[in-house]
Amino acid sequence: MKLSTKHLLGIKHLTTEDIQLILSTATQFKEVLQRPVKKVPSLRDITIVNLFYENSTRTRMSFELAERRLSADVLNFAASSSSAAKGETLLDTVNNILSMKVDLVVMRHSASGAPHFLAKHIPAAIVNAGDGINEHPTQALLDAFSMQEKLGQLAGLKVAIIGDIMHSRVAMSNMYLLQKMGAEVMVAGPPTLIPKYISEAFGVKVEYNLKKALQWCDVANVLRIQLERQNQPLFSSLREYSLAYGINRRLLDSLGKEIVIMHPGPINRGVELDSDVADGSSSIILNQVENGVAVRMAVLYLIANREN
Amino acid sequence: MSEKAFIFIKIYVLKIILSKEQLALTIKRLANQILENHPRLQNTVIIGMQPRGILLSDRIVRELAQLVDPSTIQYGKLDITFYRDDVRKSLHIASNTDIPFSIENKEVVLVDDVLYTGRTIRAALDALLDYGRPSKVALCVLVDRRFSRELPIQPDYLGKAIDTIFSQRVTVLWNENEQNEQVMLLDN
Repeated sequence: MKLSTKHLLGIKHLTTEDIQLILSTATQFKEVLQRPVKKVPSLRDITIVNLFYENSTRTRMSFELAERRLSADVLNFAASSSSAAKGETLLDTVNNILSMKVDLVVMRHSASGAPHFLAKHIPAAIVNAGDGINEHPTQALLDAFSMQEKLGQLAGLKVAIIGDIMHSRVAMSNMYLLQKMGAEVMVAGPPTLIPKYISEAFGVKVEYNLKKALQWCDVANVLRIQLERQNQPLFSSLREYSLAYGINRRLLDSLGKEIVIMHPGPINRGVELDSDVADGSSSIILNQVENGVAVRMAVLYLIANREN
Repeated sequence: MSEKAFIFIKIYVLKIILSKEQLALTIKRLANQILENHPRLQNTVIIGMQPRGILLSDRIVRELAQLVDPSTIQYGKLDITFYRDDVRKSLHIASNTDIPFSIENKEVVLVDDVLYTGRTIRAALDALLDYGRPSKVALCVLVDRRFSRELPIQPDYLGKAIDTIFSQRVTVLWNENEQNEQVMLLDN
């Protein structure tokens, strides 16, 4: 048994079996991370480059830790401090790196489809760590892993994705993954931040009222309001957004049931989530971060071992 | 369907290495031999190798539980997938590792069903070190395919040694209710 795909470009191209294989392998890696020596020698002959054309803290550190825990050699590349700033093209940069005998590329780029373009032109395997507004597959996998860990199984689960759906690669990957695994998905947020034909395109429920969305769901995956990705104001102010779509303790208490709160980070405290919710008992936000390392270890392990 | 039938015809049983009755006696003997060298299992832990070895270690631990106070038995399960030296040849699916105690300065008895090239045990020794430094590691196997070793590894507790060639396979059939249990030599 192995992955059906050479690269991890998005959840869209994965089969249900692929997703199950990644999640079950991640369970074993999570155990590795509890050991006195949190490291296995599986990828000691593999060199991985982290190619980050866009800023990131969590994802880059999580990937780097996962790579080191698998004993891989790690190269880090940040566009801001490199020759990309001098005008070198993406393909030139990557070919230069690959000529130094690198086996695997982990890549984040602000242009949607950048890893797909690269996959057509280079021999190395590629793991997408987020491309523009397209997909962020490892985030969706770690979200699914965390939901499964907390609630038992994905099939039949009701998940509401709340916030800026239009600009969110996390939302996109989550929709693909959850539907493949048999969960029900609802997107909620202001009409200006939800693509018009999303329910026809994805078969998801759409809700503009936050309280109704929370009452329906078992899990609320709350997204960050991405101010840097908006060229035009799609809501009048952060304060207004927070009043209509911010989740606070009082709102959760008024639901009359327990729901699980997730967030891919970084949180805008006081905008989409209040601190008493983000740090409260129903939040599994820090578990998501912890699980991220195990899930990325599983992805890298399965991608690297597929090559021959 | 036709593919399955083809495999069924291709593989046939050369001989029965251990019958059901012999298997039960052998497991009893192995448990007693372990106890002989580790009185009352003091400072000793039993570790079964995933996935097939734990079927043997489960049975050995069950025998041991009748000979010593069951609460003193420390029993763990180890999966060595991430330590294999042949990972790039074919992808192996990882199983559960469950060692809920420290093995620092303990005497470890590793349990596996068939000892063949010795590479699995090599990987297991690597994996064990990540849980601490055992004072001693012993190896207990049901079947030793001697003359097939690729590494200098030998069993300390042995069910039965057999002579085999590369194309043959040894299969241990385990059964929940202990019906039709046996060890077979197969040929591809």
